[in-house]
Amino acid sequence: MPEATELRDEPQMITSILAGESHLFHELIRPYERSVYVMALSFLKNEADAEDAAQEAFLKAYRNLSSFRGESKFGTWLISIALNEARSRLRRAKTVTMESLDDPPDGYGQVSHALLRDWREIPSEALERQEIRHLLQRAVGELPQIYREIFLLRDVEELSVVEAAKVLQITAGSVKVRLHRARTMLQHSLAPKLKLMNPKGNARRRWFPWA
Amino acid sequence: MGLECKHVWKHISGYLDGTLDAEVLAQVQNHLEHCEICSATLDSTRNILILIADDRVYELPLGFSERLHARLDEELSGLMRTVQPST
Repeated sequence: MPEATELRDEPQMITSILAGESHLFHELIRPYERSVYVMALSFLKNEADAEDAAQEAFLKAYRNLSSFRGESKFGTWLISIALNEARSRLRRAKTVTMESLDDPPDGYGQVSHALLRDWREIPSEALERQEIRHLLQRAVGELPQIYREIFLLRDVEELSVVEAAKVLQITAGSVKVRLHRARTMLQHSLAPKLKLMNPKGNARRRWFPWA
Repeated sequence: MGLECKHVWKHISGYLDGTLDAEVLAQVQNHLEHCEICSATLDSTRNILILIADDRVYELPLGFSERLHARLDEELSGLMRTVQPST
């Protein structure tokens, strides 16, 4: 989540909104537009549905603002609303076949090291390529739900372990265990694919500077 | 000497988050210095996390913000009449 939000007095803004200055809600949510959309997109996997779910999450946040108690940060509260909205739409749409809540079969969560001797780093300029962005999105989207949730909260939305545990209503220990599995699965699925994305010819040098 | 590779992999996430106990951390670091495969695995995991967290991966659709605030406006103007007494 954006660091700039730390400079704002969100509790004061919320008090003002509840006192009738509802237009301030626009300003309150502006830093979180992307966070909420990312949560929705990672579940619904299509932009139009994700946008609709994100809008709905913001509307629900507005309608339920008086129930926000300030025990967590506003951003964390908002993201948990977005998560719930995305989860319930996913259930309704049944767009995804039953996902196992159990651990994946042995081996799936293993790190992939066979190809790594000649691959350590893809430069961030690679993100200019849409195929790379989609590859990354898809890998996150394909994680089993419990791992996808924790990964998004911790590594994309940058919630603390305690905040993520609260949103998901699990222990801090479970957060760490699931996050480890999530990261390992992503490494396992992405490392070979990213290596294949390596453009042929001269570009090789840029991608593998040590080669 | 110290840990085997498969034991090091269990600690990769904790290593990246800086949450390992001092003793485990020293063992992992010692292993990483000597094991090219594990240090490459660590680098690739870190790299993948950095790439995914980059703002460019998940871009807002064009006009997302405008449509959102327009929809909020409808909601806000509707509720303001009931919440806010006219002055």
